[in-house]
Amino acid sequence: MNSTSLLVFDVLLLVSILSLAWASLATRDARNSVILFMAFGLVLAVAWSRLMAPDVALAEAAIGSGLSGALLLAAVYRSRGQQPAAQQQSTGEHNTSAATVAARWAVTLLSAAVAGVLAWALLHASGSAPHDTLPLAIAANLDASGVSNPVTAVLLNFRAYDTLLELAVLLTAVLGIFALGPAAAGYRPAGPVFAGLTRWLVPLLILAAGYLLWAGAHAPGGAFQAGATLAAAGVVLRLAGRQHIGLPAGGTLRVLIAAGAGVFLTVGLVLFMTGRPFLGYPTAWAGTLILLIESAAMLAIAATLVLAFVGGRPQAAGTPAHTAGAKPVPGNPGKE
Amino acid sequence: MLTTQLLYGLAACFIVALGLRTALLHASLLHRVIAINVMGAGVFMLLIAVAYRGPGQQPDPLPHALVLTGIVVAVSATALALALARRLAAEHDDD
Repeated sequence: MNSTSLLVFDVLLLVSILSLAWASLATRDARNSVILFMAFGLVLAVAWSRLMAPDVALAEAAIGSGLSGALLLAAVYRSRGQQPAAQQQSTGEHNTSAATVAARWAVTLLSAAVAGVLAWALLHASGSAPHDTLPLAIAANLDASGVSNPVTAVLLNFRAYDTLLELAVLLTAVLGIFALGPAAAGYRPAGPVFAGLTRWLVPLLILAAGYLLWAGAHAPGGAFQAGATLAAAGVVLRLAGRQHIGLPAGGTLRVLIAAGAGVFLTVGLVLFMTGRPFLGYPTAWAGTLILLIESAAMLAIAATLVLAFVGGRPQAAGTPAHTAGAKPVPGNPGKE
Repeated sequence: MLTTQLLYGLAACFIVALGLRTALLHASLLHRVIAINVMGAGVFMLLIAVAYRGPGQQPDPLPHALVLTGIVVAVSATALALALARRLAAEHDDD
């Protein structure tokens, strides 16, 4: 493709991205807004592949658009049962007193100023030649990292510490969700067509997750994309009305959601005790250790995302399912 | 700087401003959560535009890794925010 047609493509892509972002935020109806946001995420994934970031494109399509969209749609569905609060919220921006108008202009100006500072920083950076010392260092040390995909090498080796803390963030989020109340009741059982689709889709998603995890060492993919794909299998099962969605119960579940950060930390500490730097893998073992950490991270990420979709700790078998609409358990909601 | 970097970078600045404005002004919690996600997407676009090195060139993998981390952190923050909003609505219902 020559550069002019590529420029036309870029402009068209950016116009659709900006229009979808605008439309998603300007739409009053929550459901339409979420659907436009999901479309925004999918077009963003196209932009990421255009900018030669295939790892990010996969993650955006699976997590940024897919799972975030599923979480938001589930939230819209649940809030349908709470119409009074929702109506009270949605009428908020109609207030047109002088003070409100002034505040709105102030916020608009502030946002424009933030954009201006960012644009200034971008243009300022363009004045100097790109300092490619870090990419060069990554390329020079890629052979010692145990993987050949530079993004995986950064995530799991050169900047492994960041990824460990990221898994800790995921763990904190799921603990927060657990603390806020029990899971909502499941959806009604799927009809024959969707049930048939589920039987095909779930094994395919599990297979795709395994492939993405393995491919992450040398091609776009890795624990995050694999975890999100595995979580999608759980979301499909949940939508099909299954109660257990493949998750273990009780103590095993707790081990599973802590596995990502736990295995990572254990590997780091064992290396530290054998006299190496924290998370400083020996070159010969780097590939194996990365695969071990990524497998645990994939399971933990998948479990966390499915639990986020379910909206809380799964109820023990035998607990009567309470009414749909996410009304907490009567009496003492989530304060056991 | 490449035209592509500039084009995507400036669009990213606009997306950040759009998300920030809605996150601060909109009354509905759900719209605010979406707005913060849009704002995050703008930041991701800025980082990926900066990492781009032109056709046929290897882009800088470091911002890509940062954005991957960012996407996962954004979805966990979204999930927690939605759980908080749900609990808030349930508390209002009880009154």
